[in-house]
Amino acid sequence: MDIIDYGMGNLRSVQKAFQRIGTTSRIIASPDEVLHSAKLVLPGVGHFARAIQILKSRGLFDALNQAVLVKKTPILGICLGMQLMTGFSEEGDAAGLGWINARTKKFVFTDKGPRIPHMGWNGISILKNSPLLNNLAPDALFYFVHSYYVACDQEDTIISRTCYGTTFASAFQHENIYGCQFHPEKSHDAGLQILKNFAYR
Amino acid sequence: MTVKIMPCLDMQNGRVVKGVQFVDIRDAGDPVECCRAYCNAGADELALLDITATVEGRATMLDVVKKVAEAATVPFTVGGGISDVKSAAAVLAAGADKISTSSAAFRKPDVIAEMVKEFGADRVTVAIDAAVNANLPSGYEVYIDGGRTATGADAVEWAKKVDGFGVPVILPTSKTTDGVKTGYDLPLIRKIKAAVSAEVVASGGAGTLEHFYDAAEAGATILLAASVFHFNIIAIPELKAYLKSRGVDVRE
Repeated sequence: MDIIDYGMGNLRSVQKAFQRIGTTSRIIASPDEVLHSAKLVLPGVGHFARAIQILKSRGLFDALNQAVLVKKTPILGICLGMQLMTGFSEEGDAAGLGWINARTKKFVFTDKGPRIPHMGWNGISILKNSPLLNNLAPDALFYFVHSYYVACDQEDTIISRTCYGTTFASAFQHENIYGCQFHPEKSHDAGLQILKNFAYR
Repeated sequence: MTVKIMPCLDMQNGRVVKGVQFVDIRDAGDPVECCRAYCNAGADELALLDITATVEGRATMLDVVKKVAEAATVPFTVGGGISDVKSAAAVLAAGADKISTSSAAFRKPDVIAEMVKEFGADRVTVAIDAAVNANLPSGYEVYIDGGRTATGADAVEWAKKVDGFGVPVILPTSKTTDGVKTGYDLPLIRKIKAAVSAEVVASGGAGTLEHFYDAAEAGATILLAASVFHFNIIAIPELKAYLKSRGVDVRE
């Protein structure tokens, strides 16, 4: 398991979570390592446009495209990492990797609407069978922290939805590409199950 | 969204001052052991508070944050001695999910704006120590320096100002009720909740199961406590079952 370090957020907790489920992981940062990886994790906390800019300037953008689209390397995007897989984000009005036919939008609520960011434990409604969501308790909760959300234009990639003022894609899958908006590494047992599902899929 | 239970580890020189006693752990003063025990007991978030926050203790604290980050399976907030973007950045780089600032923010509110800009609002909590003062409009006064210095400022007015920076979590601790286990300061929670859009943490005074329910009822969505968890007066699963039975949504 290779966790991609592109300078957005602390990766140790993700690495530690994999360790907890018995999976060895490395933190990698070069395009070459991405190309030769057997399984990738794209984590991230921060600004969408800045993240894309960093991926491009470090040659990771092209390497990711090659690994994921051509070599079909399995990849799990977490939080911002999931959003980066979409075609476009309102956060900095930037184009993303575009692997998933979806847009990343900002939560916009009225004064009476819920607070932004969506921060805390929330459930997911599973819409479709996916290896990523195997063996979860029906009422499992996950930890979310985000102000932008993934709206899937292509409904069949959404594997779970969550409602917070509006309904959004809390997890998606398209072939070898997986994403979750919540933080599995901060979601105790339910989160570890997600990582296990990805690691042993 | 569920109401969150947040055990607080009071730290001094890298050790938990009040150890966890409710589970079979080897070293009740070891923050990593305590963190693990609370995560497994069902804590939704954790708080690590460096109660001395001396300059000499900073390196020790950062080392603790690193170790706790590796053991924590839920998000954790670190507070105590975080006075500027630089000290906050060090704590976040060590693996904390969020930082909490108090005195420094009050002295120089621009610090809040700087932290929000640098790290994103979701990583910033502002703590407000308050005590009853009938001469102020809200009846509560802001205290700083670990509760030692009265500022003359109205606590609810200050909370409104903090809220204006987009900080998503405000943590008022009542000096009037802290540590006495007679219940959270409900009027303080209600007044701040009514004045802000941020989440309000109930802190200071939890002694019984009912106290937690009362705080949730008053509008707090994060319920923080130290002693009742440390001294096994209340176990987290028991607390959650109780809250659920009274109609409060919790993660089980």
